[in-house]
Amino acid sequence: MKQKKRNDFSSAALRVAVKTSALVCVAIFLFIVGYILFMGIPHLNRDLFAWQYTSQNLSMMPAIINTLIMTVLTLLMAAPVGIGAAIYLVEYARAQSLLVRIIRTTTQTLSGIPSIVYGLFGYLLFNVKFGWSYSILGGAMTLAIMVLPLIIRTTEEALLAVPESYRQGSFGLGAGKLRTTMQVVLPSAASGVLSGVILAIGRVVGETAALLYTAGTVSGLPENLLSSGRTLAVHMHALLSEGLYMPQAYATAVVLLVVVLLINALSSFAAKKMTKGKNV
Amino acid sequence: MTKIKEAMMRAVFALLASVSALCVVLICVFLFANGIPAMTKIGVPDFLLGTTWRPGNDIYGIFPMILASIYVSAGAMIIGVPLGILCAVYLAYFCPKKVYRVLKPMTELLSGVPSIVYGFFALVVLVPAMRVLFGAGKSLLTACILLGIMILPTIISVTESALLAAPKTYYEGALALGASHEQSVFRAVLPAAKSGISAAIMLGIGRAIGETTAVAMVVGNQPVVPGSLLQGARTLTTNIVLEMGYAAGLHREALIATAVVLFVLVLLINLSFSLFKRRDQA
Repeated sequence: MKQKKRNDFSSAALRVAVKTSALVCVAIFLFIVGYILFMGIPHLNRDLFAWQYTSQNLSMMPAIINTLIMTVLTLLMAAPVGIGAAIYLVEYARAQSLLVRIIRTTTQTLSGIPSIVYGLFGYLLFNVKFGWSYSILGGAMTLAIMVLPLIIRTTEEALLAVPESYRQGSFGLGAGKLRTTMQVVLPSAASGVLSGVILAIGRVVGETAALLYTAGTVSGLPENLLSSGRTLAVHMHALLSEGLYMPQAYATAVVLLVVVLLINALSSFAAKKMTKGKNV
Repeated sequence: MTKIKEAMMRAVFALLASVSALCVVLICVFLFANGIPAMTKIGVPDFLLGTTWRPGNDIYGIFPMILASIYVSAGAMIIGVPLGILCAVYLAYFCPKKVYRVLKPMTELLSGVPSIVYGFFALVVLVPAMRVLFGAGKSLLTACILLGIMILPTIISVTESALLAAPKTYYEGALALGASHEQSVFRAVLPAAKSGISAAIMLGIGRAIGETTAVAMVVGNQPVVPGSLLQGARTLTTNIVLEMGYAAGLHREALIATAVVLFVLVLLINLSFSLFKRRDQA
C-alpha cells in the first residue's frame, strides 16, 4: 500500500513536470515572437522601404533585393547538386558501397560545421585565393556548400518515401533507369524535395556569420555579382553593431521574422502534402 | 544510344554526389593550410593553453575562449535539454490532439528563426533583465540562457520523433504490468528512445558551440578566463567574428587557427557521438 502511494506521488510529480515544461516552452516562444512583432511593427514606415539607401533613411530595400539575389544564386548552385547527389544515393548506388559511406560521412560533417567556419573558409577561398573582393557570388557559393547537406538529406527522405511499386511499374512498361527516375520517381517526390529547398531558403535568409566576411556589408545594391552587398540579416547585424539604430533594427527584425516564419510554414505545408499523397 | 545516355547520367549523378566530399576536403585543406603555420609560429602549447589574448603585443592564447565555449555549451545543455525532453514527452504522450495541432507547427516554425533575431531579442530583453536580477547584463549566464532557448526547437523535434519511433508495445506492455501512464512513458519508452535522444543532445551541442552572432551580442566578449558565471567572456566563434574585420598578418592567421580549433572540436564531438552510437547498437 505504501509502495502504491509513492508511485502515485511520483507519477503526479512527473505529470506536473512535463506539463510545466511544455507551458514554459510555449511561453518563451510566444513571448519572443510577440515581443518582436509588438515592439517592431510601430517602427515600420515608408522610408525604410525606399529604393535608395541613404544614411538618413537606412532603407532595407536594397538589403531585401540582395537577399533575393543571394537566395536565387545559392539555390541555382545547391539545388541541382543536392538533388542529383540524393538521386545517386537512393536510386543508383549500392547501399553499403565505399563511395556511399564516404558521401554520408562527409555530408554529416558538413552539416555540423559552424557557420562562422564556413564564412572563414569562403573568405580564404574566394577573397584570398581567387582575389575577389567581398562579393555576392562568393557569399552565395559559401552558402551553397552550407545548405547542401540539408537539401541532400530532405531529398533522400522524399525519394525513399516513393513506393517501390512506382519504379517496378515504370520498369515493367519498358522505361529505363533514367526515365523512371526523372519522370516517375522525382515527380512523386516533388513536394518533399520542395520542402527541403524551402528550408534551405530559410537558412540563406537568416544567415549572418557566413556572409560577413564573404559577401561583405556594403549597404547599397551591387553593380554586378562580384561586388559586395548585404542581405537583410547582415543589414540587421550592421544596424545593431553600430548601436545607434534601434528603431530600424526593430523594424528589420519584424520583416526578417515574418519572412522566415512564412518560408518555414510553406515548407511544412509542402512536406505535409507529400505525406498525404503517400497514403492515397 | 540509350545505354550511353544511361551510363553518362549515372556518372553525372555520382559526380554530383562527390561534391560534398570534395567540399569537406577543400574546407580542411584551406583551414589547416592557413591555420597550422600560425599555431606552430605561436607555439601549440602557448596557443592552446595560453591565457592571454593580446594581438597588439603578438600574444595569442585562446585558452579562455576554449573554456568559454565549453561553458556556454554546457550551460545551454543544462537549461535546454531537460526542458526540451520534457516538452517532447508532453507532445508525444500527454498532449490533447487539438493542442498538438497548434504546438507542433509552432516548434517547427521556431527552429527557423534566424540567430540574429534571437540575439537581438536577448540584447533588448534578456540583458536588461539579467542586469536587474543579478547586476550583470552581458555574461556567460546570459549566453547560456539564450543558447538554451535557441536549441529548444531542435531538441524537441528530434526527441519527439525518437519517442514516436520507439515500439508502441513497450508502452502497452508497461501499462499491462500495472504501471501508470507516466511510469510507462518514463521507465519504458524514454530508455528505448535513448539513442535518438542522444542524437538530439549532440545536435544541440553542435548548434550551441557553433553559434556566433547571437552569442556575440550577449556574452560580453572580454578575452579573459571567466571567474564566475556572471562575468563576461569570449567564445571561439565570437573571437573570430569580432576581430576578423581588421586583423592582419599573424593576428589574422591566429584567428584562422581559432577556427581550426573550433572545427576540430566539432569533429571530435561528432566522432565521439558516432562511436557511442555504434557501441550502443552492437
